[in-house]
Amino acid sequence: MRDYQSLEFEYRASPDQRAVEPVRHPVIVVGAGPVGLALAVDLAQRGVRTLVLDNDHKLSTGSRAICFAKRTLEIFDRLGCGDAMVDKGVSWSRGRVYFGADEVYAFDLLPEAGHERPAFINLQQYYVEGVLADRAAELADRLEIRWCNAVTGVEQRDDGVVLRVDTPDGPYALQADRVVACDGSRSAVRSLLGLESQGRVFRDRFLIADVTMHAPGFPAERRFWFDPPFHPGQSVLLHKQADDQWRVDFQLGWDADPVVEREPERIVPRVRALLASIGAGDTAFTIVWASVYTFACMRMASFRHGRVLFAGDAAHGVSPFGARGANSGVQDAENLAWKLAQVERGDAQGDAADALLDSYAREREHAADENILNSTRSTDFITPKSKVSRLFRDAVLDLSREFAFARRLVNSGRLSVPAVLDGSSLNTPDDARDAFDAALRPGAAAADAPLRRGAERSWLLRECGRDFTLLVFGRAPAWAQALPRTTTLAIDGSDVIDVDGHAAVRYGAQPGTAYLLRPDQHVCARWRTPNEAVVRAAIARACGHAALRSTEAVC
Amino acid sequence: MLITTPNMAAPDDFYEALIDAHRDLSDEQSQALNARLVLLLANHIGDFAVLKEVLAAARSTLKHQP
Repeated sequence: MRDYQSLEFEYRASPDQRAVEPVRHPVIVVGAGPVGLALAVDLAQRGVRTLVLDNDHKLSTGSRAICFAKRTLEIFDRLGCGDAMVDKGVSWSRGRVYFGADEVYAFDLLPEAGHERPAFINLQQYYVEGVLADRAAELADRLEIRWCNAVTGVEQRDDGVVLRVDTPDGPYALQADRVVACDGSRSAVRSLLGLESQGRVFRDRFLIADVTMHAPGFPAERRFWFDPPFHPGQSVLLHKQADDQWRVDFQLGWDADPVVEREPERIVPRVRALLASIGAGDTAFTIVWASVYTFACMRMASFRHGRVLFAGDAAHGVSPFGARGANSGVQDAENLAWKLAQVERGDAQGDAADALLDSYAREREHAADENILNSTRSTDFITPKSKVSRLFRDAVLDLSREFAFARRLVNSGRLSVPAVLDGSSLNTPDDARDAFDAALRPGAAAADAPLRRGAERSWLLRECGRDFTLLVFGRAPAWAQALPRTTTLAIDGSDVIDVDGHAAVRYGAQPGTAYLLRPDQHVCARWRTPNEAVVRAAIARACGHAALRSTEAVC
Repeated sequence: MLITTPNMAAPDDFYEALIDAHRDLSDEQSQALNARLVLLLANHIGDFAVLKEVLAAARSTLKHQP
């Protein structure tokens, strides 16, 4: 794979910079990080002309976000990027937790067979961005990235947004139907609009370092130590990444000096002690990147402000424990892409357009709250804020050596899973007469399963359509052909075979059971005995048509 | 539903055993023991609704709360 870390993108002047009147674009995405690039690729795949502005001309400096979760990989699959990332990344599902010198708890995040993607891959952020940027280049007829274009002004008007942009050739102005701010935790767009992200700042410092070493004997597992002998009183996290790079994360405490701790002469003995404790004291290593960070759990009150939408770190922030930052940002992007595409293509207009864009904000604010809750709980366990909090934390860890129940209380990070969009206005609630399990209720991300199409092996999520998908267990009803914007997938009917029976189990299927999946592969309705009227009503509802909100009125 | 009416067959035996469990411990060790007792008992109860009642009942009897 290319050396994305040192890759530089050329600034090119655009004819827009010489235009007398600001040139209008349908959608402008601010920020070419993983969230902005994923959003832009998704929009372009849906036929929306998209312009990305980035204030820099490089990809991520340092590995930064490294843990990409199963759901995020499934999104990258839809964007045509998943294989390259999974091939390059380090797949893992197991984690081990140590207290002192002893292992107290191990977990497997994907204990069942029949999934194409692992629970996680570890892959440096610049690779993820590089693969997305390569994909963006394939879509260049609809997708343009302008490097060294820094947004310096945002003006919201009734009919559009005007951006002031600074470049090496001087400033110019642009107009857009809609602007999506994916410009990170210090979002320029957010501050230019006078908006804030608010929450809790944690008074603790962490050293994060990438070291290169050849250690083929070490398993690709997440390892977390509470109070290890080689770093007493603090926590340590170890992850394996691509290119024989390892991520180490040392808790330092609030009083640590962030400048001094970044010096190699401080880092080397810490890493050496860690390696010695796992029987690799002789292993040669080099430090390739280091940073000392603090973090906060925060979010904006609303992710939509008229024609400006916020996604990723610009909208919300979490601690790194749980890998909920970049993963939730990419999940924001995929939630927004299909809705914005419907609005830009004119499929959703007026109130429906507003309802769809508002549903993005409400659904992802709900997801952010869930991520912040999990992240805050992990942080409170890892860095207790009071004597009594520390007392209970240490009691849990001590008990966990002896008693299984206490291992469930040990919290070294609850790792990213997609939020269930409970309560969304786009969901059609289950009919009270239909008995279903809760796992794949309306709002849940669809579960993958191995399938066979003819002689070919396939996967349920790869068989889904670009817009809506009606999964039918058994033969598809004749009326399904005429459903708007909907691909029908008949499992064990005419299209695909549920080879190992995983799909039937995961979806609690009986003959005739149907699930309606949104373009972002979240379930929005399901039935034991669907008919054309209820399915059409559910599609309309998921497209923001408030007039058809009541399914009772339609059936 | 949290039981707050008498539910122990041998209340005096339990109380003596509880105090005995703390014998010869420093204040710090007693605190650590109490934390372990809370966690073990909470798991035994299991039901989060009951545990919330326990927390509320204990807190409500504290004097001079903020």
